[in-house]
Amino acid sequence: MTTTDETPTGTPATGMSRAEQLARATLPPLTLGLTLIGFWYYVSYIVLEDKRRFLLRPIHQVIKVGFLDADNRTEELLALWSSTRIALIGLSIAISIGFTLAILMSQAKIVEKAIFPYMVTLQAIPILAVVPLISFWFGTGATSRVVVCVMISLFPIIVNTLFGLQSAEQGAHDLFTLHHASRMTRLRKLMFPAALPAIFAGLRISAGLSVIGAIVGDFFFGKGDAGIGQLLRRHASRLNGEELLASVILSSLLGVVVFGFFGWIQKRATGRWHDTISAEV
Amino acid sequence: MGPTNQVLTDGSLAFDGIDMVFPDGTEALRDISFTVNKGEFVTVVGPSGCGKSTLLKIASGLLEPTGGSVSVDRDHLGYVFQDATLLQWRTVRANVELFSELNDVPIAERRQLAQEAIDLVGLKGFEDHYPKSLSGGMKMRCSLARSLTLKPPVFLFDEPFGAVDEITREHLNSETQQLFLREGFAGLFITHSISEAVFLSTKVLVMSARPGQIVAEFDVPFDYPRDPSLRFDPDFAELSGKVSVELRGSHS
Repeated sequence: MTTTDETPTGTPATGMSRAEQLARATLPPLTLGLTLIGFWYYVSYIVLEDKRRFLLRPIHQVIKVGFLDADNRTEELLALWSSTRIALIGLSIAISIGFTLAILMSQAKIVEKAIFPYMVTLQAIPILAVVPLISFWFGTGATSRVVVCVMISLFPIIVNTLFGLQSAEQGAHDLFTLHHASRMTRLRKLMFPAALPAIFAGLRISAGLSVIGAIVGDFFFGKGDAGIGQLLRRHASRLNGEELLASVILSSLLGVVVFGFFGWIQKRATGRWHDTISAEV
Repeated sequence: MGPTNQVLTDGSLAFDGIDMVFPDGTEALRDISFTVNKGEFVTVVGPSGCGKSTLLKIASGLLEPTGGSVSVDRDHLGYVFQDATLLQWRTVRANVELFSELNDVPIAERRQLAQEAIDLVGLKGFEDHYPKSLSGGMKMRCSLARSLTLKPPVFLFDEPFGAVDEITREHLNSETQQLFLREGFAGLFITHSISEAVFLSTKVLVMSARPGQIVAEFDVPFDYPRDPSLRFDPDFAELSGKVSVELRGSHS
């Protein structure tokens, strides 16, 4: 075989300069963001009269009181750190449990059939309903916050990992069968790499959920250092509009950072061989 | 692993009275017996769903026949599927090395085997490409190269060029023929294209609709290497016509 009659298909060369690409990527969200800020001011100053302005403080006030005031800033950052820690611990535990269960389920259909209904049930339990139980069993401190976090973020990891492990095509499995590959080799060299795109899709969802879990957990279980949930609760009860909004902004920032972080790892791990279709951050 | 080959006296690959009935009661194959000797290239043509692919699965050991036996050296069996079945996360080189890797061949030897196979199928220069950037024909070449690393005395082809365009298919046919002449394996090829069958083979077998049975056998007299223009030769057309008649008969 000497001829190569086809050329490989690749990414088409774009005629745009880097600056132009950057502008195309950043201008639309920037424009929308500025519009929203404009609307925010409009509501703060025009829609709301003076004594109701605490409902939506103007954005510069939020930044000034929430982030530029040294005391508030320290408090916010400490809370952010506390919630981040809970989210990361919870996510790590969810990943360990999720991977283990998904791998077990991928190895035998009977295990999958046994476990799966309970995973769905766990997913369907409203967290609010089990809050009393959790505090009963694990107290009202960090442990309970982690438990809530794990409960909320576990499901997408299990489902996506399992789906990914089962996604390798039959033909590829046949190749491994023909060459007498062991269960471990098949898992390591076929099922796991094939699962990576789905695993990362699950991780990104779960990472976002773990932040929500950490804040929700914190909202109910306030013993120990205060996380963002406690701050939200405190500021809301005191009608501290600026601090409340600052906490909201921080918590969403945390979510975005975690989501973006896993997107970045995903790109590093699978970007060269897989065209992932997902939102870019 | 060489000696297992020597056990066979009458062919590199021999089917002896193969019956295949699936658990759901579908009778796929009935009493299939033929051999493919070294230096032979046998093509089985038949209507779709007649159990042609099942025959190759039985030859490779992926399926256990319900009756009859197969003799073949399965450790060095070349086998390409309808799809290229490349692992998306591996480069061309790593894909071609897969079998050596699964068989614990030392790295240096693995490299060398892969490089030889890659050169042979004309993928030199694409070693570090991922499958997503390859065309359909190149993916198939990569799949061929992967099997060539086994230095196969017997090579099974399961309708490998069905999904590529006509021109690429003709190229791949010529290249398969060159591989056959160079490597001297016993080839068993499955297709439903009569022209592909006649062009490639030393012998064409016609299989009937389910249950699959061999209903006709044609020796192909043309000398190798065969030029692509052979397809327009009157003798080629005549033989193709005969195969076609049998094939049509097998449908009823």
